[in-house]
Parts: sequence; C-alpha cells; structure tokens
Amino acid sequence: MTDQSVARSTSYLQTAPTPAAPPPISSRGAWGWARANLFATIPSATMTILFVLLLVWAVPDLFRWAFVDAIWSAPDGAVCRVQNTGACWAFIAPKFDFFMYGTYPREALWRVDVTLAAGAVLIAWLLWPDSPRKVIGAFLFFIVYPVVAYFLLHGSPLVGLSVIDTARWGGVLVSLLVSAVGIVVSLPLGVALALGRRSKLPFIKLACTVFIEFVRGVPLITVLFMANTMLPLFVPENWSPDRLLRPLIGVSLFAAAYMAEVVRGGLQAMPKGQEEGAMALGLTYWQRMNLIVLPQALTIVIPGIVSTFIGLFKDTTLVAIVGIFDFLRTVETARLDPAWAGPSISTTGYVFAALFYFVFCFGMSRYSLYMERRLAVGRKH
Amino acid sequence: MTDTTTRIAPRVSPWNNPVIRGWIWQFVLLVALLVLTWSAVENAATNMASRGIPTGFDFWNRSAGFDINQTLIPFTNQSTYGQAFWVGLVNTLLVSVIAIVLATIIGFLVGVGRLSKNWIVARLATIYVETLRNIPLLLQLLFWYNAVLKPLPNPRDSLSLFGAIYINNRGLILPEWHWGQGADYVLIALCAGIVAAIVYTLRARRLQAATGQQSPVFFISLGLVVGLPLLVFAVMGAPLSLTVPQLRGFNFVGGIRVLPEFVALLLGLSLYTACFIAEIVRSGIQSVAHGQSEAAHALGVRQSLTLRLIVIPQAMRVIIPPLTNQYLNLIKNSSLAVFVGYPDLVQVFMGTVLNQTGAAVQVIAITMGIYLLISLLTSLGMGIYNQRMTLKER
Repeated sequence: MTDQSVARSTSYLQTAPTPAAPPPISSRGAWGWARANLFATIPSATMTILFVLLLVWAVPDLFRWAFVDAIWSAPDGAVCRVQNTGACWAFIAPKFDFFMYGTYPREALWRVDVTLAAGAVLIAWLLWPDSPRKVIGAFLFFIVYPVVAYFLLHGSPLVGLSVIDTARWGGVLVSLLVSAVGIVVSLPLGVALALGRRSKLPFIKLACTVFIEFVRGVPLITVLFMANTMLPLFVPENWSPDRLLRPLIGVSLFAAAYMAEVVRGGLQAMPKGQEEGAMALGLTYWQRMNLIVLPQALTIVIPGIVSTFIGLFKDTTLVAIVGIFDFLRTVETARLDPAWAGPSISTTGYVFAALFYFVFCFGMSRYSLYMERRLAVGRKH
Repeated sequence: MTDTTTRIAPRVSPWNNPVIRGWIWQFVLLVALLVLTWSAVENAATNMASRGIPTGFDFWNRSAGFDINQTLIPFTNQSTYGQAFWVGLVNTLLVSVIAIVLATIIGFLVGVGRLSKNWIVARLATIYVETLRNIPLLLQLLFWYNAVLKPLPNPRDSLSLFGAIYINNRGLILPEWHWGQGADYVLIALCAGIVAAIVYTLRARRLQAATGQQSPVFFISLGLVVGLPLLVFAVMGAPLSLTVPQLRGFNFVGGIRVLPEFVALLLGLSLYTACFIAEIVRSGIQSVAHGQSEAAHALGVRQSLTLRLIVIPQAMRVIIPPLTNQYLNLIKNSSLAVFVGYPDLVQVFMGTVLNQTGAAVQVIAITMGIYLLISLLTSLGMGIYNQRMTLKER
C-alpha cells in the first residue's frame, strides 16, 4: 500500500492537532476578569459592591472639593469665605515664600536657593546609580557642602555675607536641614554604635548598648525637650548652644540609635565565614570592617536604612515643640492668618503639607525598592 | 628539627597586642565618658544655682493650682504635682490601650485585605497603607483635630445619634450609666462566665489533642461570657439606668463627655499605627510557605478556615515581635498629645508642671524613666515569649 492509499483509508484519523478552543466566555475579557477578581465568591461580591458604593459616594465629592469648587486665585480670603464649598488653593501662592523659607530676609533668599540647588545636585550625583566619580561627590557632599552651606545660610563677616539669626530660618528649609543633618550624622554614628554593640570589649559593648536602648526606649519629644532645656545646663553658661542646634543634636542622636539597630541587623545577617576569611588573610579589625563586613552588611540593610530616613524625615515635624519653625509649623501659622481665615483653609493647608511629605517619603521608598532590585541582580548569579 | 624546638609565640610589642590595645581603648572611652559626665554635672550645678532652678523633689508634694480637663482619678486644682503626674500617666495609658486595640483590629483587616483576591479590596488596602504611612503622624493629628473635629457644630446644633449620643465641637457626649440594686451579681456572673469559658476551652483543647474530637468552643464560650451575665441581668430586673444628656443653655448636662482632643489622638494613633501593623501582618502571612495552605485545600479545608487554623497561627510567630515594637511605638507616639492639648503625661508633667516648677532635670528624668520602664518591661515580656515560641529543633 502506498502512503496515499493509507491516508485515504484512514481519513478518519486526524493528522494535525486541533487548534486550542478559546477559554469559555465566562473567563475571557473584562467579564472574565471581573468574575475572577471582583465576584469570585458571595462575600467577595458583597465587598465589591459595598466598596464601589463607598467610592461612588466619596470620590465625586472629593473631586469637586479639590478641583471643581476650588478657588485657584484670589487676593485674600474673602472669596474663599463666601463660597466655602471647595479648597482654597489661592492661599498657597501668597504664602509660598513663608512655607519655603520662614521669615528669612527676603533680599537674601538667593542664598537659600543656591544652597538647596547645590544640595539637590550633589544628592542626585550620589543617588544616580551610574554617575561617575562618586568618591568626589561623597567628599563634596559630606565634607565641603556642610561648610559652604553654613557660610551661605548663616553668613559670616569672613565671607562678606550678613549674619542671619537662626530664629528667622523656617519652612521647608528647616525641615530639609534637620533631616539632612540627621541623616549625615546618624549613619556614621549608627555604624559606630552598631560595631560597638557587637564588640568583644565589655565596656565599649556596655556603653553602646545602654545608649541605644535608652534612646530607643523614650519618645523623641522627650529627647527634644531634654536637648532644649538640659543641654544649656550641661555646658558653661557662655557656650549655650544655638536654639536650632539643640534639636539638631537631639534628632541626630535619636536617629543614630535607630540606625545602629538596623546596621546591627545587617551585621548579624552576615555569614561568619566572611570575617573569618578576612582574619585568616591577616587583615586588621578596621580593614576587615571597612573592606569586607560593612560593604556587605550595609547593602543587606538598605531597605531598613531608608525606612529609618523616612521615619526621621517625618519626625522632623516634632521640632515644632521646641519652637522651631519647620514646614508644618509654618502651615499651622499660616492657616491662622486672619486675612485668610475661612472654613476650608485648615484642610487646604493640611492637604498641601501632606502632599509635600508624601512626595518625599514615597519617593524615598520607591528609590530604595529600585536599588534593592538592582543590587539583587548582581547577587543572583 | 622542628619537633625538637618548642614553638614560641612571636614577640609582639605591647602596643600591637590586641588584648592590651582593647583595654587601652576601653580605658580611653571610660575616661572620656567620666570627664564628660563630671563636667556636665559641674556645669549643671553652677548653672542651676545661678538661675535658681530647684534641685530637689520638694515640688512633688506642693499644690499644683491648675485644672486638668480629663481626670480618671480624683484631681482638683488643690491637688499636688505628684497627683498631676499620676493623672497624666493614667491618661497616657488610657489612650494607648484603646488605640492599641483599634490599631490591631484595623491593621489585621487591612493586612489581610492587601492579600485579598478581590481586586478592589486589595487596591484600597494598598492605597490606605501607602498614603497614611508616608504622612507624618503629627500632620494627621492636627488634621483630625483642627480640620475635622473643631469645625463640628456647637453644642446647640449638635449632631445626634438616636437622640442619646451627641457630637459637637466640645466632644462626644454619651449617655451615663448607673448600676442599680443587684448589679454586683451581674459582675460576678461575668467573672464566673469568663473563668468557665477558659476552663472549657482548655478542656476542649485537651480533648482535641487526645482524640481529635472538636467541640463548639466559640459558641459555648460566647454563651458563658455574654449569655450568663445577660441572664442574671434579666433575672435581677435590669438594674441599669441611663442618664441621657440634656442640652441646657449652651452646654450639655448629664452624660459622659469624651474630649475632642482624646478622639483626635485616638483616631490619629490608631489609623497611623494600623498601616504599619497591616504591613507586618501581610509579611507574616506571606512568610508562611504556600504548601501549607495548598495542603489544607487538598484536605478540603475551606479558605476561611485555612486562614484561621493553618496560616495565621504560623504567621503569628513572625508577626508578634514586630507587632510589639509597633505597640511600643504607639505608646511613645502618644506623647504627641501635647500638640493637640490632650492631658497626657508629657502635656501635664513635662509641659505644665515643668513650666510652673522649673524643675527641668527632675521632671524630664522622671518622664523618660516612665517610658523607659514601659519599654524595658515589654522587651522583657517579648524575650520570654520568644523563648517559648522559638521552634524546638532537634
């Protein structure tokens, strides 16, 4: 028999596979998606309906408050008071300088702008993963920049800039300043405390442990109170620290204790062989730490470090308790301005402040996620 | 050759001997700390003397001369600073305990919600967590207090629920209850019910461990704890009367007033902490191996029961330590009360008492000591719990 005749006589046999049937209508397209994700079971469907009703009830009102009924420009609060239905965004623009700089002299604002811009450029340099010559960037940011920033912001007859008392500093400037100082001081200090806590030398270990546990056991407000009222008592009377410096010290020490615990987590997660290997090669303690242990340990705890920074950034709002005009405090002050007083001013001010903090904190957490993924790629091989 | 010579440790100069070096470092640190402390004490003594700041604890028994608007223990403006301290401490503990309960409930719901298969539930839970945890707690507190509770209508136009609960800008006014004759028996019945429920639960657990037989623990416990007191309550002829608050002039008389400051603090603390608890719950549940719930499904256990009997008990081991940390954070964060004027420990003691007496060092030391004590006690409890819960590996 030829092949052809076989084919003819067995034509009932299928020679090509049947094309796959499409999935049933109930699991295809939008309807299928909705069935699987919104109405899979009766409780699930009930919750979907409840939440959709909630959204239908709340979202249009919110939208109308924030956009449709909002007042976008007005000379003063009169318009917002008359139509008191929506947000009064008009209030932000006239107060913007106050929110940014506090009562910093208007003619010297360029000094703040230059400082902030330089800081932003340096931070971008350090954080951009592929940027060249990070060592120079780090040197500029950690050593040169603080000195330059001090002379620019505070001024000094040495450089021919008028001295501006810290009592006039405020707004976003102070919020960023407190968090930047906190971050720059707390990271090295935290690493030192963490190493001290894991030290084999009993007294160093004890001192570091007591410091860390003490600071972590008390609220930041009490630390700020302590820095504000007790620090001036502990130093000779003519040394009394500046009133902005006191909370800076408090915040830095507070953040350092939390940072120390995060770093300690990284140190503990390191396999013991790493340090033993370095020891076998004859490296000294500081060589082992700087070249082998810390680079790996700090990489492991990047998420923890960033979340400590986020916590620190949110905690800068508390410096208001010792009379520092941070951003939130300027919003608090501005919303009570009688020229603007109105039913929607408080909410407008708070929503604006919330957006500011949200952008910063959310940005930081996204950056940490991105870095985590990037670094994880290297470790998978 | 080599076997005849005894090995001699290489001679190191004392400076290169790690042991000696270690001691030198420690000695330097000790001296530095001692010098620092000594100069601080010295300076503090001279500064306090020159500014006339009191150094003793005499102020503790002096009359305070101010009023506190929420006191769970008796306090008048004739009371002492020491009593003001206790009022503040009780207020701190009150708001912390209630906020912890609320935050735990909300946090567990949102944490489970984030893992829900329902798209809309998962999305809303994510939005809740991402929004609230990226906004400072202080801002949230101020929002609740100044933007939500302060603009409420004044007492004359109060919002009313069932004609018995009133909400206005002076707070939440609830009916006051008075126990009548025979109320003691209801209390006794409640205690007896709780004890009986515990005994029954333990017996049911032992029975299940021995035979695998399950008992309706939940319903019988519910009946014992709720039903028994209710029965006694009915038998005793309902010995409870309510005083519904009445509007007289510009304010309410009768009823219990919950301060708006308290409500704002409670809302802020519990909603903020809840989003951290939600994240802990989510990561705890995700840490349970997927095979556990697959095996449960293969045995025909329903989804809700799988969660309750298989996943959550295993997740708890991971959840409890960070959860305790969040509770501690909440207690410490309750000190933000000072910004909305709720009379907690910091507001009453570190604020008013410190201002009136000027005894900065003593007051700050006592306040910090209290928070430290709470933290240390909790860590101690956590240590014991962890020891008991650690997997016993062979």
